[in-house]
Formats: sequence, structure tokens, C-alpha cells
Amino acid sequence: MKARVTVTLKGGVLDPQGKAIEGALRSLGVAGVASVRQGKVFDIELDSADRAAAEAALKQACEKLLANTVVENYRVDIS
Amino acid sequence: MNAAVILFPGSNREGDVARALRQATGRAPTIVWHAETALPPGVDLVVLPGGFSYGDYLRCGAIAGRAPIMDAVRAHAARGGLVLGICNGFQILCEGGLLPGVLMRNRDLRFICKMQHLRVERADTRFTTAYGSGDVVKVAIAHGEGNYETDEDTLKRIEGEGRVAFRYCDAAGVVGGAANPNGSTNDIAGVYSEKFNVLGLMPHPENLIDPLVGGIDGRGMFASLAAA
Repeated sequence: MKARVTVTLKGGVLDPQGKAIEGALRSLGVAGVASVRQGKVFDIELDSADRAAAEAALKQACEKLLANTVVENYRVDIS
Repeated sequence: MNAAVILFPGSNREGDVARALRQATGRAPTIVWHAETALPPGVDLVVLPGGFSYGDYLRCGAIAGRAPIMDAVRAHAARGGLVLGICNGFQILCEGGLLPGVLMRNRDLRFICKMQHLRVERADTRFTTAYGSGDVVKVAIAHGEGNYETDEDTLKRIEGEGRVAFRYCDAAGVVGGAANPNGSTNDIAGVYSEKFNVLGLMPHPENLIDPLVGGIDGRGMFASLAAA
């Protein structure tokens, strides 16, 4: 089973990297970019074929390590 | 004062802090590898040194904060034992749940390496008795992620409980504006735990203990700890 975990900064948390990318896009002449927030993507392969077990393991992975829930949100997509 | 310095893969200031501790206490600290699960018996102070543990992978301090030795460090702190985290050590303490908040990328995205003034917010903790409250000291900073952030409720609590250890300031002790190098909330450079036995700070007092390298303003912290 494969899963994708997406970790993004919570709203209101200053993202200087996103701001810098936003500025770079603007200076490249890419039109219509209102704002950029940078995040992380983890592609994870799981041994388990059991969806509920996989969901539980991924939640644990996110809470324990992948996201710092003080400033980050995470989303799990199992395919 | 028996001290242990935890060595993570990618730590690089362990020698500096060991020298500062030896100078202040007359005794060399024990260096403890991160994969150990226990601290040496009789340790009073645990130091998490600066560096780039695990290459700053994932988030600064994230993987080190969950290293095997950290359960022993958390237990030591829970017993009231002293813990000092400097720079990457501060990031590890935040990631490891020993201090609130998180160190984000510097406001201007640059790695900052320079001398910086700090205001000692209180001189009645075991880390600061050799200073005076409100003293302005000059020490080195060297970090890319020192921008302290926390949610509003936590910030209120930290401020209300007097848990800010140091604030970035100018030579006259005035905080705010250009004196804040990294965008840190409320100019916070260092934070105490609830019981004031855990301190994390971004600046490097361990590098200012010898007149040969530009000052001795960092000595006070190690002298305080030696007397604690």
C-alpha cells in the first residue's frame, strides 16, 4: 500500500521560504501569483494491506515525527 | 557539578562547551553518544551542544529530539535535573518536547554569524546567578533557524511566568527593531522550562569564555552552573 503525507505550515505562521519563492516567481514574470506557501511531501510504502492499520500507523508517524504540530498541519492520502 | 554533553551525529560545538564547563567546574564533562539509553550515574547537568544534528534533515533538531538518549534526558529533566541546550541543542529541546515553541527559518532567510547583544532577563535561576538582572552581554550567534515562534496562549504563559531567559537587544540593552537579528517573537533568544531547570538558547555563551577570542561574557553562565 502506498501513501502520500503532505505537511504544510499552519495559517498565520510566517513562511519566509514561501515569501522568497513568491518574490522569485514575480521577478521571473510569472503572472497572477498571489502567494506561495512551502510544504513537504512524503511518499511512504507500507507493508500492511489493511487500510485501518495503515491509517493508524501514518497518523502516528505524522504526530511523532513528520509534522511539528505546533506550526504544521498534515494530510494523509492512501492510494 | 557533574556534566554530560550529548553527542549527536552532526554536533560540532561539543568541544567548545566541554572546554567552557572544564574552565568553570575544573572537571571535564562526560561525552555521551546519542544512541545510549542512560546517562552516567550522578549527572547534574546535561548539555545538548550546537551543530547540525542529522544534517538538519526534516526539521532542525527533529530527529535528534527523538534519539534514544532523549528519554533519559526527559527523565532527568522531570526529576528537576539541569538541562542546557545551545543553538541546535535549543532546537532539539523544542522538538523533543522539553521546551515549548519552535525555531523557524530566520526572517531574512540568511544564516547569521555575528556578535550579538543580549539582555539577561533574570539573574535568579541556576543558569544566571553570576549575571545581574538586566545585564547586557555580548556573545556570538550562528544559526539559520533561530526565529522563535509559538502560539499566542503559550507565548502569554511564557511571558507571564517570566520564562524568557534572554532577549536580543542593542548595546544599550534596548530590544526590538534592528536589534532582533532573526525575527524571533518578542525578541526571545532563550527560554526556560516551567521549573526553570531546562534552558534553551540560540546564542553561544560557550564561545565567549576567553579574552583571546573576543570576550568573556559567556563565562557567567558556566560560573552560575558551577555554583548551582
